[in-house]
Amino acid sequence: MSLMLNVKDLCFNYGNLPVFEGLSFNVEESELCGLFGPNGCGKTTLFKCCLKFLKFHRGSVTMDGIDISGHRIENMAKLVAYVPQEHKPPFPYLVKEVVLMGRTPHLRSVFGIRRKDKERALEALDVLDIVHLADQPYNQLSGGQRQMVLMARAIAQDTKIMLLDEPTSALDFSNQIRIWDIMRRLAKEGITILACSHDPNHVSWFCNKVVVMNRNGIVAEGSPHQVITEPILDEIYHRGICAVRNLGETRMVMPRNVAERKLDEISVENRIGIQYAMPIEGAGIR
Amino acid sequence: MVENMKRYSILERLGYERIEGFSEERKIITLISLFALMIITATISISRGVYDISVIDVYMIVLAHLSPYGDVSTINHLHNTIVWDLRVPRILLAITVGIALATAGAIFQGCFRNPLVEPYILGVSSGAAFGASLGIVFYQFFLSVQVSAFIFGSVAVALTYILARTRDETPIVTLILAGVIIGSVFSALVSIMKYISDDSALRGIVFWLMGGFYFASWKDVYLVTPIVVASFLVLWFLGWKLNILSMGDEEARTLGVNPEKYKLILVSIATLITSLAVSTVGIIAWVGLMMPHAARLILGPDNRFVIPAAAMLGGMYLIVCDTMARTLTSAEIPVGIITSILGAPYLFYLLRTRGRAIFG
Repeated sequence: MSLMLNVKDLCFNYGNLPVFEGLSFNVEESELCGLFGPNGCGKTTLFKCCLKFLKFHRGSVTMDGIDISGHRIENMAKLVAYVPQEHKPPFPYLVKEVVLMGRTPHLRSVFGIRRKDKERALEALDVLDIVHLADQPYNQLSGGQRQMVLMARAIAQDTKIMLLDEPTSALDFSNQIRIWDIMRRLAKEGITILACSHDPNHVSWFCNKVVVMNRNGIVAEGSPHQVITEPILDEIYHRGICAVRNLGETRMVMPRNVAERKLDEISVENRIGIQYAMPIEGAGIR
Repeated sequence: MVENMKRYSILERLGYERIEGFSEERKIITLISLFALMIITATISISRGVYDISVIDVYMIVLAHLSPYGDVSTINHLHNTIVWDLRVPRILLAITVGIALATAGAIFQGCFRNPLVEPYILGVSSGAAFGASLGIVFYQFFLSVQVSAFIFGSVAVALTYILARTRDETPIVTLILAGVIIGSVFSALVSIMKYISDDSALRGIVFWLMGGFYFASWKDVYLVTPIVVASFLVLWFLGWKLNILSMGDEEARTLGVNPEKYKLILVSIATLITSLAVSTVGIIAWVGLMMPHAARLILGPDNRFVIPAAAMLGGMYLIVCDTMARTLTSAEIPVGIITSILGAPYLFYLLRTRGRAIFG
């Protein structure tokens, strides 16, 4: 296992407004890493720094062993794919054309779109099971469908690393599960994925590793079982928002007032036998 | 069916790789048909004119010039002048200007991610108008109206760009606003020129502003056409990059296309050909705005097809408008008037019927 993404002592501010200071974490090859944190803590900004959309003021980002400050835009695109949160172009490109755009870093010239590239684009549509959308205008789809198309584009881009900014935010429940399954499969195939999400259950169920951040920086980093715990959730949100319970082998995060809701003087958790999840000793709290 | 198979195989022999679900043959065939249609339009236009020359004579003259064995000396001298020295360069110039404006329009709309942008948005037309009016009023100081229009058109765009550039970036909104500012400054300067000019110069300025091909000559064709055609080919070649750019700056970076670099290249070339066209024939409205839309209606938004289709349509549209301009009445009508009168209802129709599909 080698280090695929290494963020070291990263600092960024918009003018006088500091966003984060001294962020450090790494993601290893073939890992599905979840980035978890409250609104406005700088997750998207962190992604944009890693992709060189924004110039950070201190620190370094290393991808696949190479410092990105020396990378040209063309080479970055061969190394890392990005799925943005929301995006709508003014022109009605067809879905298959948008996915084909993912092949751009591998094209030699303008008319160099070969059969292989088109096949790869169609394959990516097939992976997400959205072949039926291929001939529809992309900018007239629903937000969730657009998110799936952008995911397909990232797959068609054939990169070692994928950064996904809330890839499931606009999706229905079954599609959320589908996207997480696809990400797990891609990670197993050797792609390194960093995805941010607002759902603690998703990151704890599907990721190999979780990085938790808030406005002050990285709060915890480690396996989901070590990191998604009540003390850490209390630290990043207001105290007493979340309760962490075990349902059999599976960990559940739920609102505390739901977990402790009483019906006929017996709390829900006692009725159905949910156990209180104890934080593991010495969990990755910093 | 057999014929279809044969046609595909020709395309494939030229290096086109076919794949189920991604077929582009229809678009390629449409492009070829548009090109043929443009040639046919030009051929018909040559035979039209106020001076009555029979259709056969017209084509005999053209053939005599084009074929290596043709003998020009046997032709009626007056007919030869009218057809070969007036009509042919005029039609060629109309095609050139149509290609220039329509291509530039497609480029500007893609780069600025706004389907309502036209090539004059950065102030080329107002700058060129000022240059032209300077050349007309102070003709003793300026070599030619055309050169002065070209210089001031380019100066206006350069000023716009400098005004909009902050911290190594040129945000689109700032650029468009800067274009509006520079445009209005130069319009005011044109008004000053109109105010201080005498009657004949004023007439000259007004005619120039309305645009027209009255003075088209072989010299204009030799000067403008090669540059426009070469620029068109470069821009066409960058069509796929323009697709990526039209998705937005961050998207372009994600996909490995440097937005600052390619936007500068594309906008510079588009401005060059717009400036050339405007300084040669004056301000012709609507072509740059409408033709890319028409191309998108026919072929979809992929700029690899929109750019050539818009260029062909632009050439065709200007031939038709200019033919009307010189044949409808015994006096000439400025072509800018005809392009607008024909163009406005068309855009209105687009807005009402396909508005949502095109304008998002």
